[in-house]
Amino acid sequence: MNDIISQNLTVLIKNIKDKKISSEEVTKSFIKKAEKAKTLNCYITEDFDSAIQKAKKFDSKPNFKCKLPGIPIAVKDLFCTNGVKTTAGSKILNNFIPTYESTVTQNLWNEGGILLGKLNCDEFAMGSSNETSFFGNVQSPIDKNLVPGGSSGGSASALASNLTPITIGTDTGGSIRQPASFTGTVGLKPTYGSCSRYGIVAFASSLDQAGPMAKNVKDCALLHEVISSYDSKDSTSIDFKRNNYSELLTTNIKGKKIGIPKEYRVDGMPIEIEDLWTKGIEYIKECGATTMDISLPHTSYALPTYYIVAPAEASSNLARYDGVKYGFRSEGENLIDMYERTRSEGFGNEVKRRIMIGTYVLSSGYYDAYYLKAQKVRKLIKSDFDEAYKKVDAILTPSTPSSAFKIGEKTNDPVSMYLNDIFTVPVNLAGLPGISIPAGLDKKGYPLGLQIIGKAFDEQNLLNIAHAMEEKINFKNNIKEWWIK
Amino acid sequence: MSKTTGEYIIAREKNIYEVVIGLEVHAQVLSNSKLFSSSPTKFGAEPNTQVSLVDAALPGMLPVINEYCIKQAVKTGIGLKAKINNRSVFDRKNYFYADLPQGYQISQYKHPIVGEGIVILDMPYGQREIGIERLHLEQDAGKSIHDVDPQSTLVDLNRSGIALMEIVSKPDLRSLDEVNAYIKKLRSIMRYLGTCDGNMQEGSLRADVNVSVKKKGTKNLGTRCEIKNVNSIKFMQMAINYEANRQVDLIEDGKKIDQETRLFDTKKNETRSMRSKEDAHDYRYFPDPDLLPLELKNDFIEKIKSEIPELPDEKKKRFIDKFNLSSYEANILVSDKETSEYFEKVIKNSDVKLSTNWITGELFALLNENDLAITQSPISAENLSKLINLIKDGIISGKIAKTVFELMASGDKDPQKIVKEKGLQQESNPKALESLIDKVITENPDKVKEYKSGKEKLFGFFVGQVMKVSDGKANPKLVNDILKKKL
Repeated sequence: MNDIISQNLTVLIKNIKDKKISSEEVTKSFIKKAEKAKTLNCYITEDFDSAIQKAKKFDSKPNFKCKLPGIPIAVKDLFCTNGVKTTAGSKILNNFIPTYESTVTQNLWNEGGILLGKLNCDEFAMGSSNETSFFGNVQSPIDKNLVPGGSSGGSASALASNLTPITIGTDTGGSIRQPASFTGTVGLKPTYGSCSRYGIVAFASSLDQAGPMAKNVKDCALLHEVISSYDSKDSTSIDFKRNNYSELLTTNIKGKKIGIPKEYRVDGMPIEIEDLWTKGIEYIKECGATTMDISLPHTSYALPTYYIVAPAEASSNLARYDGVKYGFRSEGENLIDMYERTRSEGFGNEVKRRIMIGTYVLSSGYYDAYYLKAQKVRKLIKSDFDEAYKKVDAILTPSTPSSAFKIGEKTNDPVSMYLNDIFTVPVNLAGLPGISIPAGLDKKGYPLGLQIIGKAFDEQNLLNIAHAMEEKINFKNNIKEWWIK
Repeated sequence: MSKTTGEYIIAREKNIYEVVIGLEVHAQVLSNSKLFSSSPTKFGAEPNTQVSLVDAALPGMLPVINEYCIKQAVKTGIGLKAKINNRSVFDRKNYFYADLPQGYQISQYKHPIVGEGIVILDMPYGQREIGIERLHLEQDAGKSIHDVDPQSTLVDLNRSGIALMEIVSKPDLRSLDEVNAYIKKLRSIMRYLGTCDGNMQEGSLRADVNVSVKKKGTKNLGTRCEIKNVNSIKFMQMAINYEANRQVDLIEDGKKIDQETRLFDTKKNETRSMRSKEDAHDYRYFPDPDLLPLELKNDFIEKIKSEIPELPDEKKKRFIDKFNLSSYEANILVSDKETSEYFEKVIKNSDVKLSTNWITGELFALLNENDLAITQSPISAENLSKLINLIKDGIISGKIAKTVFELMASGDKDPQKIVKEKGLQQESNPKALESLIDKVITENPDKVKEYKSGKEKLFGFFVGQVMKVSDGKANPKLVNDILKKKL
């Protein structure tokens, strides 16, 4: 069955349950595909032998009640996996093998999922192009030398090139939605507190959220219901009623009100993005929902706010990588010298840049002007959304201000790189759910995404709107498998 | 030091200085598990055997607040008559050190769990109220061990993450005696509450000492120096002594005192600079995004309040009011929870006055001599009570009782049995006493003559002789009465 790898999750599950294909066949197909796709550099660590063993074990005693029966899954290398190296894309964790499992991945395995391996990502999830990884940049399946986006670039690339049927990423400022948008896939950033952060290498604790990435909205909904759970091991996890999102999924969004925020019409936005957004508004109307112009007045402050809050938390979160207990160590003359050498050699430039920004904004004398002010602005951004949600059920924006760019194009211009997150960071700052769905191609044939932002804990509505639009858009990705010679 | 006001005065040729002291006491919360993890907290375990993934700060590990430690902090706050804050915030205090796995300590900075309170000290010159600035919760660090391996430093993370209460006093302490009384009172309160065992040898109670001096009579406080991590009352006093004189010397020489952190060298008995204000760490405090602000409902606080046992101040008042004890006696008996319990057990069936005297006198001397705690006393409260009743009932004299007490101390025997076996009962039979007295009178005709001619001092001689012939067992009161009649 050569077409196994192109089957979406829902079809794969059905075929496995109907015993048309075995977990072993499925697993081997994805492995075979991956072995031919080394050029993409999606994997940091392959766990293929073990995956096949697990698949065989599943087949010998299949439990079809599971939500992911014998489904092989590759995950972002930010999730700690028991006994499997976890690097966060960094040299400083190059040799780190956890003895514990993140809650989110444990939820996958509890539902019958099988780990294929660990996917490349920007170092400590800091990046928008997957070029900051110690393990090299990831190629996009869309085109040669194109970035897949970041930081979940390996996940997006592996998913779009059929190396894994579904995947999970993490999103601190757009790290799921932006690569999904760049690769023509679906990516959901859930409400803060929906997915446990336990066992996920931390970047910025108040913003980090794990989420599903899939080829369509239904797969995404199913995966989300598997990974989202209340977890007492994470004090910021929230105990709310979680749905069986995929079962309740509907394209009936009649009567829903969708807000169109004028502040997202930024200067210099390509006309293609503008057109895509306009088309999105039409689709929404075709679905029986209405649109409404709204204002989110503090939008323009979101990016600078984000680039204070996230580095501040990161500078503290990354202090534990000091060469003392685990991970990379560069010996020194004394303790301080060892710290300096370890962290100078162990971290890449982007990580160091953010540690320095974060250290600066928390320093005495600067704290009030930067960190404290950013916290205040963050509250204003959140209250913008609160105000808007008194009138609308969800908000529609483009996912990114442009389509994917070439590898190396923005590496020397961090600000231009940061601007990629302009539409996604407000969602993290407000702790809201946001989803990116593929909505069209630009003239180069590169995918473009639309973002729907929902109310907190309202993933069901968000997914329904995405599902309805998906049906109207009927997006077809244009992947020519350029990496296969 | 002035006995009337308790001030610590340093007098120099021209100027007189007062010493001002504030303490930051770090008290280990009595809890079976750590502040943010479930690791055990037992003292003296093998290195690195009480360390969880959270304590070692492995990637992706998150702190979860231990509710029991919160309760303990609230209890302590109530014991300090302090304001319990409904909302407090855990912050990260960022600095690098090998025994600080996270690269930051989780502490409370701007919003502590407990606000202002008061500790009352009973000094010979009267009561002193020492203000409490705040109490906050924080994690302890691990321990760096420099003297095991000549090449490298070893790290033991057993202490890493253990809950500490930092209790910050106002600069209200004025003498070494007050420091001593303050630490003992704090320890007493926490031991009554069961929130800290107060064991200084095991490091459960340590203090940073803030010292400044000012010219007597002036209002403004001088520049202070902080002496870090002093772990006994004696060392605190030595450090303050040295530091206060150092500061006075500087002022007398016309020099400035730098605000700085200093270390106390116990071997050389001196403090020395650790880091100046300019070199002070910038800890980059900010709210820990892994933890939500701690919200305490009034019900929660009220419930804890209802579970608070009688504390030393209240117990002291009760002892004075109910048992008519002096303030001094009551103080001694309540300062230690176990002592007060022992006392209450003894007086259940015995005379209060006698019990007080015997406990604070003979028993304390015995315990001191053998360096024992009251819980290790070789004489149980029940047996001491029996001994006191033997005295009260006139079965033995106070003098004989001391002999019985010594016998009890070496074997904890029932005093009634000892008295019986050794035949130590007091002779209270008037007939038997009369014959003894007659014997003494006939044997000393000269003395009788002298007495009768007006030398009344000789009465004591006759009593002594009667006691002597009775082997000390004659009832002194009866002997007195009968002698008077006969003579």
